[in-house]
Amino acid sequence: MSDLHSEKQLLIQIRGLYKLFGKNSKKVMERVHKGESKDQILVDTAHTLGLRDINIEVNAGEIFVIMGLSGSGKSTLIRHFNRLIDPTEGEILVEGTDITEFSPKELESFRQQKMSMVFQRFGLMPHRTVIDNVAYGLTVQGVNKKERLEKAQEWLNTVGLSGYEQQYPAQLSGGQQQRVGLARALCTDAEILLMDEAFSALDPLIRSEMQDQLIELQSKLQKTIVFITHDLDEALRLGDRIAILKDGELVQQGAPEEILLNPATDYVEAFVKDVNRARALTVETVMKPPEYRITAETIGEALKQMRKSSEEYGYYINDDGYQGIILQETLEEAVETGSNNNISTVVVETVPAIQADSLLEAVIPDTLDTDFPLPVIDDDGQLQGLLSRSSLAEVLGDSSTVTSH
Amino acid sequence: MAKESWLTSFPDMDRSDIITLRKTLDGAYRDFSREYGDLIESFFDPLLSFLIWFENLLLSSPWWLVLAAIAGFTYAAGRSWKLCLGVVCSMLAIGYFGMWENTMRTLSVITVCTLLSIALGVPIGIAMARSDRVQKIVTPMLDIMQTMPAFVYLIPVVMLLGIGKIPGVIAVVIYAIPPVIRLTNLGIRLVDEEVLEAATAYGASPTQRLLGVQLPLAMPNIMAGINQTIMMALAMVVIASMIGVKGLGQPVLKSITNQYFTLGLLNGLAIVALAIIFDRVSQAYARRTQRHLGGAGHV
Repeated sequence: MSDLHSEKQLLIQIRGLYKLFGKNSKKVMERVHKGESKDQILVDTAHTLGLRDINIEVNAGEIFVIMGLSGSGKSTLIRHFNRLIDPTEGEILVEGTDITEFSPKELESFRQQKMSMVFQRFGLMPHRTVIDNVAYGLTVQGVNKKERLEKAQEWLNTVGLSGYEQQYPAQLSGGQQQRVGLARALCTDAEILLMDEAFSALDPLIRSEMQDQLIELQSKLQKTIVFITHDLDEALRLGDRIAILKDGELVQQGAPEEILLNPATDYVEAFVKDVNRARALTVETVMKPPEYRITAETIGEALKQMRKSSEEYGYYINDDGYQGIILQETLEEAVETGSNNNISTVVVETVPAIQADSLLEAVIPDTLDTDFPLPVIDDDGQLQGLLSRSSLAEVLGDSSTVTSH
Repeated sequence: MAKESWLTSFPDMDRSDIITLRKTLDGAYRDFSREYGDLIESFFDPLLSFLIWFENLLLSSPWWLVLAAIAGFTYAAGRSWKLCLGVVCSMLAIGYFGMWENTMRTLSVITVCTLLSIALGVPIGIAMARSDRVQKIVTPMLDIMQTMPAFVYLIPVVMLLGIGKIPGVIAVVIYAIPPVIRLTNLGIRLVDEEVLEAATAYGASPTQRLLGVQLPLAMPNIMAGINQTIMMALAMVVIASMIGVKGLGQPVLKSITNQYFTLGLLNGLAIVALAIIFDRVSQAYARRTQRHLGGAGHV
């Protein structure tokens, strides 16, 4: 969604992935392809359909969130990315190579170099010290002790756990343990990070702290992150794109605001209903296109422009971008006195401009303080749109009648 | 009397048939042991020479040196002066009542049996943990080994190898090995799935997973198994003395046949003392190496 990585480069591609749990999965797959339901297959053959026809594309440098409730197959799905679970059918392409074809040796080196993973219950080794846990990936690779401990120390400092090197995981709190898990994942310099409900086992306060830390780290490291969660707020907060999984099937994929504003099914809508939109949506997604622009250079022309529009105010823009608001009343007074034709004298600068990428939550006070729709500007100061009190109220108030723009 | 039918008496095998069956099996086994007995015996030669060497070492060294070595070993394992003192006191008491030599013999047999049980039992336990099929085959065998009266499997061992140390050791190992196998298997199977997944996810090979994760995490269970194995080996000492294993068992056997109550009691107490020493030392060692499991809320 950000312009930072608009040159999107495809990194992981999952095509036609099926996972059927059971002894005779290849044979039972025929029934799956015939379109029989998960429940019917379970009753008839005692095979559990974990995933059905999953197609996913993950771009380099983005946080891709897979969301679903328990039993939706999300943990099964993420374990296909590094083949902790093998698919019954389908392709998993990483940089164009199908990893399902890998030999055990190739798979080991792929896991060492390309992907690392953070686990819900941390998955730390209780018999190793914190620093040895962080260095575990490098130990497996056979990196010498001095080098791997140095590197582990660096990452331990980055996640804010210096001083805990010689402790054992059981001596740390949940949040600290997951920081160790995160440091361990980062320590191998793998390009892709798999996070399986990484923050779900933490207290709400610690969870939001960890989310902040992840966002901060991600802005520096630009990893490709596949993040699993059952918490839509978390998905919306972290995700560049979100996929929603239900009973082993993908029901919707898209940017957070797309999912929030255009839920594809009743299931997604039920999810989306309880989300705090003020915290999830940015100004950009709610603002209206900019109208009532005054681009004239003299007061006379400005008044002419203003009279054509339906409102008695306008947003004055010159070559340097948005300058402020002009009222029709003021313009008329100035024309009557006729003494001064310089437009800059009548510009009112007290109306605050807001940034397109701010969260709605942050601009609520400003909208309440001002009688006019607030001007939305981008980083260069150009007018991007208008945010009125009414459109804000519409989005935040009644979630069922919202239409996207 | 009415004619016998299969309804009134059990339709058992003909007596002569049973005798033939027994004769055939016994004869076959006797032929087998005559044919291969020497070969199998020579296979166990290295073990026998180690056993003799170790026993001689314990017997020929001055008692105070052996006692110091035992005390040193106890301290190294448990890092506790109290435990060390208890061990030295009970060994002194054993020596004072004239059972030093027999205790040394028993000690050497038990040590060898324990090492052998670990060397065989842990790999078997690992194989069981890795494959459900192996587990299905080994579990009933362990059940048989544990429930079959020890005297019964003394017979083929004696037939094959005669009377002496090696058959004794084999009998003790057969009797004592099941716990270490079972608990190795259980310990590995109980290793936290997520920790193992983490190792796999970071590209660990099966060997790295086994040595770096599974065995260390299964260690509390394996240690409990070893502890049980030692206890069972000690319990077997008296039975093994029937086939010529020298040590604390023989005086016990003698006192049963001659009704020497005090002799039996003293030697029995010496066995108990050895058991307590082995138990406390191995548990102290286990506790010390598993210290990381302490602390709050181990997941």
